[in-house]
Amino acid sequence: MISPIAKTFKSLFLVELLRGLGLTGRYYFKRKFTLRYPEEKTPLSPRFRGLHALRRYPNGEERCIACKLCEAVCPALAITIESEMREDGTRRTTRYDIDLTKCIFCGFCEESCPVDSIVETHIFEYHGEERGDLYMTKDKLLAIGDKYEKEIAERREMDAPYR
Amino acid sequence: METLLDFWEFIKPVAIILGYIVLIMVPLILAVAYLTYAERKVIGFMQMRMGPNRVGFFGYRLWGLGQPIADTFKLIFKEIVIPSGANKFLFIIAPIISIGTAFAAWAVVPFDAGVVLADVNAGLLYILAITSLGVYGVIIAGWASNSKYALLGALRSAAQIVSYEIAMGFALVGVLIAAGSLNLTAIVTAQQGEYGVASWFWLPLFPLFLVYFISGVAETNRAPFDVAEGESEIVAGFHVEYSGTAFAGFFLAEYANMIIIAALAAIMFFGGWLSPFQGIHSIFGLPVDLEGWFAPVPGIVWLVFKMMFFLLLFLWFRATFPRYRYDQIMRLGWKVFIPITIVWLLVVGAAVIADVPPWFAGAR
Repeated sequence: MISPIAKTFKSLFLVELLRGLGLTGRYYFKRKFTLRYPEEKTPLSPRFRGLHALRRYPNGEERCIACKLCEAVCPALAITIESEMREDGTRRTTRYDIDLTKCIFCGFCEESCPVDSIVETHIFEYHGEERGDLYMTKDKLLAIGDKYEKEIAERREMDAPYR
Repeated sequence: METLLDFWEFIKPVAIILGYIVLIMVPLILAVAYLTYAERKVIGFMQMRMGPNRVGFFGYRLWGLGQPIADTFKLIFKEIVIPSGANKFLFIIAPIISIGTAFAAWAVVPFDAGVVLADVNAGLLYILAITSLGVYGVIIAGWASNSKYALLGALRSAAQIVSYEIAMGFALVGVLIAAGSLNLTAIVTAQQGEYGVASWFWLPLFPLFLVYFISGVAETNRAPFDVAEGESEIVAGFHVEYSGTAFAGFFLAEYANMIIIAALAAIMFFGGWLSPFQGIHSIFGLPVDLEGWFAPVPGIVWLVFKMMFFLLLFLWFRATFPRYRYDQIMRLGWKVFIPITIVWLLVVGAAVIADVPPWFAGAR
């Protein structure tokens, strides 16, 4: 219980206000947490879920076998797959579309994929300039996979012991 | 030819005064611009951020020093949206009143011995009158906007400024008793003494100084007394409906008012342009002639440093204190500040009659 005299003294001489000013004054000289974004970036986890990509086997054959597990598991219904039998008797997709405006980047497609074909990469700095630019088709996804295959493989390697 | 000369004779004083006005206004507007920058930087630093650090000049970032310029141009090129139910004339005139009064007060501010636009004998009275007029800009803006938030903000602001005007007025009465003059130049010269910082009025008038400065914060509607704007309660208060240059007007007026309050605090309690080393020729017996060393520094530099200190306090307060509740503001103004000032006025009066040295010797 604080006595009325002490309370009056405290408020009259602005004791607590000065203490507050002292606190902010000390924070003025503290190290700043600001990250100067385009020049500095936060470290990304190998599990980071960014832009999608379709991968290929080292011999150039596309991995996707059109099992449609990803299409089935996708909670946002962002994936559309159509498939047919190829001349060599294997099943491959004729259409593999991901609508990134629907996608919630949950990573379920990547988890469900039995052949590690569809993956979410570390890329998050992308944009679309026209309507439809964020509607990823099979060609676009394969192109991303081809371009970043090294990084994708590296990150999966880093994450493998924890899976 | 003769008529032309006569005309020149007639126009000359006007031209000279206009020149002085430009000389005061341009640095003032620049100061306002960079005060907004300083505010964002200081508050950012106190919140462990960096504040603006991108916009610079000619491709160099320069810690974001170009930010206020960029902001100015952005505001100038934006549209002034006038609400359909607004009173157009009053809506436009309100920011003009705000800026006008904020700048007019500078007429009597002495920057150095004799360097003052209008050496008015009733300078203090003029300042009080002009700064009180500023509230009309706020009230008219709130009313003319035809918006409930703006009206609420204007009402809050009016009640607050009227209450704090009284405490502020009493605090200034203390200064004028101590200095024996309403003239700001005379008030500064009355603080001349042989004890440096200690011979200024802030020491004998310390409670009045506190009351004056806190009332000044309330008068300019700054945090923690910014209920007139109160983002979390009434959006932006009296200037919700304003945009573009009209909004810039209120912005400019608010910061110009901060600067004038800082300047007045420096002039009336911290010796204006006087050097803080006045009369100090030795420290603990060592012959350190501080007054002599700092003699070449022009008075305006000291004044600017003192003003910068008070402006820093404004920003520091904003970074530190949460907003007062409205009834607490009223309680503080009427039940705390006014009694304190009245009591201290009696003390000052007694001290002046008793010729307490060093401040009041021969003040009568």
